[in-house]
Amino acid sequence: MTVETVAFVILSLLAVISAVGVIAFKSPVRSAICLAGNFFILGVLYFMMNYDLIGISQILVYTGLIMMLFLFVILLLNLSAPQMLQEKSYIKWWGAVAVAGALGIVVFSQVIMPLEWAVNPTSNPELGTTKSVGTALFSNYVYGFEICSILLLVGIVGSILLAKRRG
Amino acid sequence: MEGIPLMGFLALGAVMFLIGAVGVVMKRNPIVIFMCIELMLNAANLTFLSFARYHEFPLIGMISKDATVMNGQMAVVFVMAVAAAEVAIGLGIIMAIFRTKETIDIDEMNILRG
Repeated sequence: MTVETVAFVILSLLAVISAVGVIAFKSPVRSAICLAGNFFILGVLYFMMNYDLIGISQILVYTGLIMMLFLFVILLLNLSAPQMLQEKSYIKWWGAVAVAGALGIVVFSQVIMPLEWAVNPTSNPELGTTKSVGTALFSNYVYGFEICSILLLVGIVGSILLAKRRG
Repeated sequence: MEGIPLMGFLALGAVMFLIGAVGVVMKRNPIVIFMCIELMLNAANLTFLSFARYHEFPLIGMISKDATVMNGQMAVVFVMAVAAAEVAIGLGIIMAIFRTKETIDIDEMNILRG
């Protein structure tokens, strides 16, 4: 048990607890805050795996941008306590948990357990830096990068159109 | 990083994905459903990155190790871009629906049901 193993166990427990919090809370604001915590913990895990740029963009993009968007929409929709939605019955919840548990057992036994032999990371830890990611993004993956920029432009225009329409 | 097996990361990703799937099926608030979709996307990102870091698979032996690490990270970058666009559009649609129907209960939205 090294220090990193202990840190990984604690971080993954926190990630699972905050993920459960997203679907367990009735108030969407509390769900959003749990989700922000989960994204932040994932960013820390990416740092542990030596993915510097991905980790920092995880924290910036998800915790900063997407969560702010969610909270703004929740505040704009004014979903206060009287408007909180009636949740489905407990029987349906237990059914969903049972189906997910069955799927989880299949994935664990067939996909994850056969990978038991992969104990230590094998790749070069230098390959998560900004320099290497930027080099790859602008050489081998430049077409995907340009298509992503067009997609984001269409997203900006579309969201403005959806938000401005009246009547 | 030494001593943490790949199974740990994969198990965390699988659990997060399953929690997100339960939320998508069971929640009634479309904003929370969006959050669960983000949770599932992040679980997939974690799986991509951990496979890229630990890979030693004979199936992809013709690709060099460095190229595989880059493949995993590029997949995550593109997933992030698509998720940002998706959230912007999706929340705009939710706002538009709320303006016309005055409710956001996902079970009330059945006018597209044939």
